[in-house]
Amino acid sequence: MCSLSRAVITEFVFLCLSPEALVINDPDFQHEDLNFLSRSQRYEQAIRKSSLMVMKLREYGIADPEEIYWFKRTCLGNFIEPFGLHFSMFHKTIETQTTDAQKKKWLPLVRGVKIIGTYAQTEMGHGTHLRGLETTATYDPATQEFILNSPTVTSIKWWPGGLGKTSNHAIVLAQLYTQGQCKGLHAFIVPIRQLGTHEPLPGITVGDIGPKFGYDEMDNGYLKMDNFRIPRENMLMKYAQVEPDGTYVKPVSDKLTYGTMVFIRSLIVGDSARSLSRACTIAIRYSAVRHQSELKPGAPEPQILDYQTQQYKLFPLLATAYAFHFVGAYIKDTYHRISGDIHDGDLSELPELHALTAGLKAFTSWTANAGIEECRMACGGHGYSRCSGIPDIYVTFTPSCTYEGENTVMMLQTARFLVKSYNQVSSGQRVTGMVSYLNDLSRQRIQPQHVAGRTEAVRINDPVSLVEAYKARAARLVEAAAKNLQAELNHRKSKEDAWNRTSVDLVRASEAHCHYVIVKLFTAKLSEISNAAVCAVLTELCLLYALYGISRNAGDFLQAGILTDTQITQVNQRVKELLAVIRPNAVALVDSFDFHDVHLGSVLGRYDGNVYENMFEWAKKSPLNKTEVRKPYLVGLNDLWR
Amino acid sequence: MALPDTTEDTQGFGLASVNPDLASERLTASFSVPRLTAVLDGGAERTRLRRAVVDVIESDPVFSRENQYFQSQNERYEAAVRKAVHVRKKMQEMGWSEDGPESVYVYRALSGDVAFLLHRVFMRSISVLGSDKQVAKWIPLASEYQLIGSYAQTELGHGTYLQGLETTAVFDISTQEFILNTPTISAMKWWPGDMGRSATHTVVFAQLYIQGKCYGVHPFIVQIRSLQDHSLCPGVIAGDIGPKMNFEHIDNGYLMLKNVRIPRENMLNKFCEVQPDGTYIRRGSQKINYFTMTSVRVSLISDEVILPLMKACTIAIRYSVVRRQSKLKPGEEEAKILDYQTQQEKLLPQLAAAYAFHFINNYLHELFNRGYREIQGRNFDSLPELHAFSSGFKAMVTQYCTSGLEICLRACGGHGYSLLSGLPSLYTKILASCIYEGENTILLLQTARFLIKCFRAASAGQSVPPSVTYLAAMKPGKCTAKDKLDFLSPDIYTEAYQHAAIRLISSTAAKLQDLIQSGVERHEAWNQCTVQLVQAAKAHCHYITVKNFVETVEKLENTAGIQNIMKHLCDLFALHGIFSNAGIFLHDGYITGAQMDMVTASYLDLLGIIRKDAVPLVDAFDFTDKNLNSALGSYDGQVYQRLYEWARKAPTNKQISPAYEKYLKPLLHNKLSKL
Repeated sequence: MCSLSRAVITEFVFLCLSPEALVINDPDFQHEDLNFLSRSQRYEQAIRKSSLMVMKLREYGIADPEEIYWFKRTCLGNFIEPFGLHFSMFHKTIETQTTDAQKKKWLPLVRGVKIIGTYAQTEMGHGTHLRGLETTATYDPATQEFILNSPTVTSIKWWPGGLGKTSNHAIVLAQLYTQGQCKGLHAFIVPIRQLGTHEPLPGITVGDIGPKFGYDEMDNGYLKMDNFRIPRENMLMKYAQVEPDGTYVKPVSDKLTYGTMVFIRSLIVGDSARSLSRACTIAIRYSAVRHQSELKPGAPEPQILDYQTQQYKLFPLLATAYAFHFVGAYIKDTYHRISGDIHDGDLSELPELHALTAGLKAFTSWTANAGIEECRMACGGHGYSRCSGIPDIYVTFTPSCTYEGENTVMMLQTARFLVKSYNQVSSGQRVTGMVSYLNDLSRQRIQPQHVAGRTEAVRINDPVSLVEAYKARAARLVEAAAKNLQAELNHRKSKEDAWNRTSVDLVRASEAHCHYVIVKLFTAKLSEISNAAVCAVLTELCLLYALYGISRNAGDFLQAGILTDTQITQVNQRVKELLAVIRPNAVALVDSFDFHDVHLGSVLGRYDGNVYENMFEWAKKSPLNKTEVRKPYLVGLNDLWR
Repeated sequence: MALPDTTEDTQGFGLASVNPDLASERLTASFSVPRLTAVLDGGAERTRLRRAVVDVIESDPVFSRENQYFQSQNERYEAAVRKAVHVRKKMQEMGWSEDGPESVYVYRALSGDVAFLLHRVFMRSISVLGSDKQVAKWIPLASEYQLIGSYAQTELGHGTYLQGLETTAVFDISTQEFILNTPTISAMKWWPGDMGRSATHTVVFAQLYIQGKCYGVHPFIVQIRSLQDHSLCPGVIAGDIGPKMNFEHIDNGYLMLKNVRIPRENMLNKFCEVQPDGTYIRRGSQKINYFTMTSVRVSLISDEVILPLMKACTIAIRYSVVRRQSKLKPGEEEAKILDYQTQQEKLLPQLAAAYAFHFINNYLHELFNRGYREIQGRNFDSLPELHAFSSGFKAMVTQYCTSGLEICLRACGGHGYSLLSGLPSLYTKILASCIYEGENTILLLQTARFLIKCFRAASAGQSVPPSVTYLAAMKPGKCTAKDKLDFLSPDIYTEAYQHAAIRLISSTAAKLQDLIQSGVERHEAWNQCTVQLVQAAKAHCHYITVKNFVETVEKLENTAGIQNIMKHLCDLFALHGIFSNAGIFLHDGYITGAQMDMVTASYLDLLGIIRKDAVPLVDAFDFTDKNLNSALGSYDGQVYQRLYEWARKAPTNKQISPAYEKYLKPLLHNKLSKL
């Protein structure tokens, strides 16, 4: 039935064969099913695996943070580990924000894992809004030290991974005070535990923040500092500096910190794609195995994947997973392309990339978050069991809607850029890049019939034409938001108040912009695929992605006159036809994601489809079936029966 | 304020200890909070009764949920059994009966964190499906807990689709027994609560065979564990199905039966009977088997779905006035996050929905109680409507509340993700409601089937049940609103909803007809229309909910500001629905693009109006701190102190992890090879 082999799609789309062999069969990495372990046990297992991983990294000579990230992703799957921030933020920050002298001192310790570090930014009272952080670092010229303090309950560092039990150092973000003045947020390397004994240092209160929705194996921690002194050299001084006498030297540009943010957010876009792909793999394979009810009286029970409603739940998500994959790759490439420019001091492209990644981080993580839940629910009751693996994917993924920038705030950052670009166009300037469609708006104002005149032009079977439709929607919503903002400004004095009263519109505009970018990137990708069969099936997915989005946001397209109600009816009809077209390739399309059973961690999503036998085997391993039942039970019952 | 005991008093906090950011919210309420609480409870007398029950339960340390977030699955299970035993004692002590008004409040005060809930379903199914003789035999045993019951319907391979169940019960005339078997691995009973470790008996649904002929699914009482030593009975294999997203305290179980023999009298036979010679007799409708499901469905909506959303709104809204973040105006203090329009747009529609569903649930209960009385009198006429209604509403309410609760969770930023916020457990629990007692898509399709049938009947001039008479009254015309204020008129938006529902139902019916006439087989035509059918069923339920909210508000007494604020919430609920489903209303031009902009404007205005009453509106739900069990949502708003205190209690901070000595130390000293 399937017209494509998994290997063909994997090769042409993902262009990688994961080096799974390196680790996946390594007996050191085998462990009991984490679902049956307590939180403390899970933490211990994670530390064991992290330690082993460090050994492997040394063995293979892998040291670059991004390489380490991909090594972990491909070789260890969804492995959450207390060392995570050591290899990402701690290492990266020390690499990029220190002077040569500091590098010489710290990098060997970090790379050799002689110390374990984390990145302590978020406080109990403040997250995304960095300027609100309250931790202080006051310079004392007499001793040439910074004195660190957590002045309030809300200023206690809260959430950093690996902080609770594992790390002995942290990069702490604090408000710098020198010569009686606050100079804003700066980063400091702070030792928190005694090397050798691992006891917290005097003046440091540190611990675990307790159980969470997921991340059981992670010791997210709190950190409270009371007059804790560190030497002047522990401030990261590549950009801003404090001289021995306390004189503050300003950094050249504040845009430089964008680089790291863009990097981390691009990783989240990739994560959105991967997490959604995992959930789709499980749900689609299981839907091919599960037979239920009847389509035709008297006939055997059909695979539930043959029901239109089931296809309607899952295939648009499958298309979304592919779309996000391409978007993630695009951002990663763009980041690498322009990080060379950044290094040379050319920051011209950075604001747009920063705005774009903020929005795409929010758009993709929100969509993937909801999509994973859809996949779980499409698996019926068994999706709710831990054995399905989807609950784990969800709880691990869902915090990405919040961390590295709360999504609504991210959308508003993108909106700020869009409004700025719109205003530039209004004042006669031209804008470039992904927002260049705003240039056309001025022409439309001269020809008011332009938008309506385009109606007939949208061809619902042509991705390129659909990109234009999305473009028109984005332009219309950006313009509406910008105009509403202006109207509010005309009524009120405060800019901030006007902004707040327009923020629902602004978020919608950003969403429409991101949606356009995704459809555009997906469509652009099609022409790069040389294998005809792969290109054909991806074109179907791309059409489904674009048309489903129109169907779900029909109001926007109707209201702007981009599509007529007849066309919307055609779009709805075409979506259903595409479901049937994609159906024969559905399993091949998820097989192409190429997740190994061990990484998928799902009984429902097994490659061999032997679901029920293995569910029973899995359940038998449950600790509740191992403990003595009768004793505590009878205590209760005897009591009951008196 | 009419009632003497204000919320403040029962919470046991002096105003002085309340976070000023939260206290100030309570000073400006436009309505009387105690009066609204009384409306929600169904009268001030009920409020007093509820509080008295809550007081008794919460002052007893056995019922404490204080350490719940730190407990293992085993500890949770044991605590739930202990509570189940203790609650019975307590109720006897207090003189509260199982079917008295107090018992529902007892269950709520425990937040469902108690074992033997399926025991009630066991009893209910015997009461409904059993003959008088069976009721007389089993109900006293069950009420006295001489046995513990469960309800085994779902199998590994089949859930909502009952006809597909594979367990068999073969009648053996020679011994007058049924022989029960699990013929395949997918036939294993899977998921029933209380069955993994606790239950001694269970109602098993199995395909009945007499002399080689299959008579379909029937219920049988089967003993699975010894009443002496609790060991499994011969031929029975049972155990726990392993960890789930929530319900750690419940031993959801599996059950395999191998030639288990039960006496003929153990088939529940009020409606069907197998006589000693093997003759099969049916009395009444076969649909009656669905009735237990319908009844469970109706009873769970309030406690398992609407209350959790109310709790989540309480937590998220209180936290949103305590959390200050960023500045709205330069130089000013950081703003409460509830003052941001985007935060209001997340939370306030959920609050409005909680109220809307509370009222539609009352309506559903009336309908159900009437139907129940009729069925007791063997009149099955109302069953189709009741079934269609309860299906669609269960699906709509669970889906809406689930996503609403997730929005609340995510609106609390990082701290929402901590179990100590209370939100993750509320969320993972409500999630299950989308699946149990009927998978939502299937339920919506059942409602759709009913709607299509009624639409055809109505078009042919036949009479239809009262809830769907509107289908006969398709009026041409457009929305008449001229400015944004017109959209605050219930007539305007109710008609828009009605129009959308009729349009979706009639166009789907027409499409179905076209397909069939063009030669597509009936079942295939149905499958090709299911996406639209689901949409039509949702539109119907949404319309009925809006209409019911409007009618409820009209009936409220206009004192103490209650009617005003409820009118605002009703408007918000209705306009949020139009705003979020704009395509449906714009599609045939019933609402124009310009009118849609008015809807948006009115909708955003309402957010600002309701914002002022947001905290009083959640206070009116009257949850105690113990019941919320949330570090973020407590009445006094001392969020950060509580979060810090609770975190320090975490066992991870008390135990010394062996991980340092075993792994970290060798790693840091480069002696990894010794691992």
